[in-house]
Amino acid sequence: MRALPVGERALLVELSDGTEAQALHAELLRRRASGDLRVREIVPAARTVLLDGLDDPGRVGAELPGWDIPSLPPRAGAVLEIPVRYDGPDLADVAAHWGVPVGDVARIHSAAEFRVAFCGFAPGFGYLTGLPERYEVPRRATPRTSVPRGSVALAGPYTGVYPRASPGGWQLIGSTDLVLWDHARVPAALLSPGVRVRFVPRTAPTAPAAGT
Amino acid sequence: MTDHALSVVRAGALTTVQDLGRPGHAHLGVPRSGALDLPAARLVNRLVGNPPEAAVLETTLDGCAVRPRRTVTVAVGGAPCPVTVDGRPAPWGAPVRVPAGALLDVGTAVSGVRCYVAFDGGVSVEPVLGSRSTDLLSGLGPPPLATGAVLPLGHPGRDHARVDVVPQPAPPQELVLRVTLGPRADWFTAAALDTLTTRAYTVSSASNRIGLRTEGPALERAFEGELPSEGMVLGAVQVPPDGRPVVFLADHPTTGGYPVVAVVRESDLAAAAQAWPGTPVRFVAAGLRRPSQVP
Repeated sequence: MRALPVGERALLVELSDGTEAQALHAELLRRRASGDLRVREIVPAARTVLLDGLDDPGRVGAELPGWDIPSLPPRAGAVLEIPVRYDGPDLADVAAHWGVPVGDVARIHSAAEFRVAFCGFAPGFGYLTGLPERYEVPRRATPRTSVPRGSVALAGPYTGVYPRASPGGWQLIGSTDLVLWDHARVPAALLSPGVRVRFVPRTAPTAPAAGT
Repeated sequence: MTDHALSVVRAGALTTVQDLGRPGHAHLGVPRSGALDLPAARLVNRLVGNPPEAAVLETTLDGCAVRPRRTVTVAVGGAPCPVTVDGRPAPWGAPVRVPAGALLDVGTAVSGVRCYVAFDGGVSVEPVLGSRSTDLLSGLGPPPLATGAVLPLGHPGRDHARVDVVPQPAPPQELVLRVTLGPRADWFTAAALDTLTTRAYTVSSASNRIGLRTEGPALERAFEGELPSEGMVLGAVQVPPDGRPVVFLADHPTTGGYPVVAVVRESDLAAAAQAWPGTPVRFVAAGLRRPSQVP
């Protein structure tokens, strides 16, 4: 690990891969919750964790390599289920990239268990990892000027769900009615770093379950 | 709505509600936001007896005009500009009594870019994640002011001492930004670091609340490669493919994929909020050293 100073109050900790970054993120949250670490922002990303708002970044940077960082438990916390209609406009392109029939995209995608590696781009947008490496797809050559809210999309090693309509270059494979960001709700974001996620195929618009 | 409100008569080019922002949510992709010139926002609040966290209006270049429905104490600061109440000149940078129904006009900035307008009791739109700030990047908080809109005002408190006058810095003739080396300084050639701290840059007209864009010599990368997304701080000097440094301001994205060559001291950023397009920018090395590697 490398701890790089960022201005006067921050530290960017570089790890060798995303799994290590997620493990460090979990440990940082644990230490902050127990009062051992005072820091305003902990921002995990693809292979780094940013600590912003530290009183003494030099000291934390020097101590970090000596920490005992447990590897991520494979299963911790509840799984957020996201119902998806696999009807995206790029479904056929994704199937072609994967070399499978179109109908298999939903089966393969919904079989994986995902984890929110980090957020960014827009409030409530999570970068979800968990799809096996051979299913990585490139971004679209030309981004769309407007991707509808709730679109389930793939790019590189990540799956994401657009929390609101916005421009976007990811490959759209489906859509969900689940509201991922609602600032009037606690928590506002359903997808925050570390949350486990499963996509559950829906063939028709979801109806409320009877008796609930 | 009660008479604790104001009507927007002229919204101006871009007028937003701002307070101290919403730190602590960067991991959800939520920028800090808040007043770009925080010292100015704090000063106008002091002038009307508000706590520092009260929400104010932040105008851009051509001010705004509002009609309060109750009698209010108002203070305008930040960029110097003419202030009138029902057409009569009123002081800038000092508390002004505006009777119920009178028209407060905050004119075009004489110098600088952003005026701050405080009302006793503060602008009391619904907070989002603990802040009333408009965040232009992610669309959180109230939308920018629109002519005809009505904004609620809070009730003036009695707990905060009011001051009659406070010194305010003039907008910069030259923007001096002290920088330390950024986490990705090693993505740039030694010549590029030299260029950044010795050559002349100017404020680009494409600057906004997200970033201060600059015009000047491009910074040369030591190698071409793609950086995986990583967390970004306020004041980060990010270098997009065109090589022109962008200084991240309050509404900056919380993660990004372009390398950060340097980081501007937070205390120097308020002046960036008042720098006109074309203002010379000088990046001054302050402890500019290669980051030490932790084994």
